[in-house]
Amino acid sequence: MADAALFEFLHTEMVAELWTHPSDPGPGGQKMSLSVLEGMGFRVGQALGERLPQETLAFREELDILKFLCKDLWVAVFQKQMDSLRTNHQGTYVLQDDSFPLLIRMASGLQYLEEAPKFLAFTCGLLRGTLCILGIKSLVTASVASLPTCKFQVVIQKT
Amino acid sequence: MSRPAHRKPEYHKINKDLFVLTYGALVAQLCKDYEKDEDVNKYLDKMGYGIGTRLVEDFLARSCVRRCHSYSEITDIIAQVAFKMYLGITPSVTCNNSSRTEFSLILDKNPLVEFVEELPAGRSSLCYCNLLCGIIRGALEMVHLAADVTFLQDRLKGDRVTEIGITFLRKLDEKKYRRKK
Repeated sequence: MADAALFEFLHTEMVAELWTHPSDPGPGGQKMSLSVLEGMGFRVGQALGERLPQETLAFREELDILKFLCKDLWVAVFQKQMDSLRTNHQGTYVLQDDSFPLLIRMASGLQYLEEAPKFLAFTCGLLRGTLCILGIKSLVTASVASLPTCKFQVVIQKT
Repeated sequence: MSRPAHRKPEYHKINKDLFVLTYGALVAQLCKDYEKDEDVNKYLDKMGYGIGTRLVEDFLARSCVRRCHSYSEITDIIAQVAFKMYLGITPSVTCNNSSRTEFSLILDKNPLVEFVEELPAGRSSLCYCNLLCGIIRGALEMVHLAADVTFLQDRLKGDRVTEIGITFLRKLDEKKYRRKK
């Protein structure tokens, strides 16, 4: 059974490596690396979604799916629950993690705030990928006001 | 609606799958970025090296391994403690030379390739698990041991087993341990 630490080490190395060699070194370079990480997270999120227990696929309400992400999925992936979930009941959800494990190793507070988005891109993709398998098209972004607290914003896309 | 318990076995599997799936996505991305297999292999090794240099601290903190007195002890620890701790498998160890500096780890199960049936088309020289070689090399270097670590055999390439070769490059100072067997 692969230790949770292995994923964290791999993720940190991916953030470091994908950042230092953008395939397009122009001003669009930064965005491309973030989107590559997000894309990888998306594929992994889809693959994880396909492995979920059968009963999770029988959710009736959108809110139940988001609650599932905050509790069961977050525990399975990060060994803790999301700390809060808010919604405007019109398709926008804000998921807040007060001590996001992938940010914990970085100093807390305002130092390294600029670096934080690189550490969130993969997880945004992961959420988007799992939602996709559960039948929900979404846009997921993340923001950090102060490490290690971060907020994931999920906006449901109505097709 | 009743809430499922959080420690259901399926969720343990999700956690284990997370690393394996992420690794797969990484290899796929590198195959997109690099045309030549050697370049992907080198990159995986380099990333593994970076991970290994940090992983060794985590390993030493979690295990209570005592100071080793020979390369074969070290290789045994890699196979029986480290591999077991992080990947849940215990490769068998063989020694390949009389001066006891070259060893092989034989993996008959490899969780990294659980979802890989065969190498992608046109990628016959890809060392899919090359990250492992880099990790071992990086970890050993942090404890002041230089070693070459490569795949000698690979089931994904049609070999019977998957075999990682570790060749220690500098002899440990033997003066202190002459008393030992």
